[in-house]
Amino acid sequence: MYGLLGLVVAAMVFFADWEQIRKSFFNVEIIKSMFPEVVTVGARNTIIYTALAFALGIVWALGLALMKLSSVAPYRWFATAYIELFRGLPALITIILVGFGLPLAFGWSIPGGTLGKGAIGLGIVAAAYMAETIRAGIQAVPRGQMEAARSLGMSSGTAMTYIILPQAFRIIIPPLTNELVLLIKDTSLLFVLGSTPQSKELTKFARDVMAAKVNATPLTVVAVMYLLITLPLTYLVRKLERKAEAEKR
Amino acid sequence: MTAPPIEIKDLHKYFGELEVLRGISTTIQQGEVVCLLGPSGSGKSTLLRCVNRLEEATAGSILIEGEDITDEDADVDGLRTRIGMVFQQFNLFPHLTVLRNLRIAQRKVLGRPTDEATRIAEEMLERVGLSDKIDEHPSRLSGGQQQRVAIARALCMNPDMMLFDEPTSALDPELIGEVLDVMRELAEAGMTMLVVTHEMGFALQVADRVIFMDEGVIVEEGPPNEVLRNPAHERTKRFLRAIEVE
Repeated sequence: MYGLLGLVVAAMVFFADWEQIRKSFFNVEIIKSMFPEVVTVGARNTIIYTALAFALGIVWALGLALMKLSSVAPYRWFATAYIELFRGLPALITIILVGFGLPLAFGWSIPGGTLGKGAIGLGIVAAAYMAETIRAGIQAVPRGQMEAARSLGMSSGTAMTYIILPQAFRIIIPPLTNELVLLIKDTSLLFVLGSTPQSKELTKFARDVMAAKVNATPLTVVAVMYLLITLPLTYLVRKLERKAEAEKR
Repeated sequence: MTAPPIEIKDLHKYFGELEVLRGISTTIQQGEVVCLLGPSGSGKSTLLRCVNRLEEATAGSILIEGEDITDEDADVDGLRTRIGMVFQQFNLFPHLTVLRNLRIAQRKVLGRPTDEATRIAEEMLERVGLSDKIDEHPSRLSGGQQQRVAIARALCMNPDMMLFDEPTSALDPELIGEVLDVMRELAEAGMTMLVVTHEMGFALQVADRVIFMDEGVIVEEGPPNEVLRNPAHERTKRFLRAIEVE
């Protein structure tokens, strides 16, 4: 089996047009021409969109998680419907809905341009995923913690804020970081909202250079940029998970 | 005349179809130490948890210093600050140091300033003999130490009475004594205590009264010497014989 695989790889190396690959994907001139804007505009905007969407998403997700755990049935129904709806739809549909659907329907558009629409669109989707994560974290805290807090006279809100949530978030830091990585990649969908030269994120930035230069090198550059952002985070997740595993023992 | 700390009137509790408390009535007097005994499933823990409304009573009432905690409009949080509770599993807050465990409810419930809350926490920790553990996290303490911290945490609220739900059942045998010692001192200081326990020695030496429960009713109650040495009911005799065989 391995022999066959080796043969295929050898054939690919032998028959590949290395000069063509170098010119198309590793064109030094084009790489140089992309700096520093690929960092100061592209990566910067990707990070800003991600940060804002994550901040909006996690606050909204916390609200949804608490609704889902509420003793009031309509809250639970709403949270369940919301989570199922936005996890079931492609993120692109939600972004288009926020960016173009709302203005068409109501003649009113979310302020803040691509940043406002994009962060809210992505935040709406991210909240649906993170709500389930937060709910699971809250439920992973032993029931005795809430009982102890309540028996000291704390209201359920005080107990949730100071006793349950701090423990729940410690449990869910690894899965939440995973959500953050997914969100970074999903900012590439924001190209549909259109952009100005200053509001392009990495993917849109690469596509524009590709079109201008008729060359694929920008893809390589932004791929490296994405990995520079996401790999440290996935590494961090693995470290946190190992640490949590060690603490359990 | 002041109302007694705890007055239970014809208390019934159902879990679904199962009636776990079938008409319990008793009064705990100021400064009285009462041990609740009985086989598992007799309803003694459920009764204790109804007293601070961790469980909702199905019928009947429980008056805490004259106020009905089972009432729909009762100020449950306020009443609970007067009732200290100690759990079988300690339930310390693992993300907080010992000091913060002792301080958080003082700060957030009673609104005490930090320095006052710290002073009271130090005082209570000294009372349970753990002053040197003030900056530790609970996970670094033995079970016996954790339970003593849990008692100190409850005392920080200056409760008028204390409930103990099998406080030594989760402990290794050699750690039981230190917790019982703290409870004995508390009793001698005049605290009103309602204790669910299997420690017959503690009940004999410390309790003013023992209540023997089975199948959701009080079978008999009285001074520990009478009930434990010379029980009137066949069910109590069988229970005590079974414990001695252990």
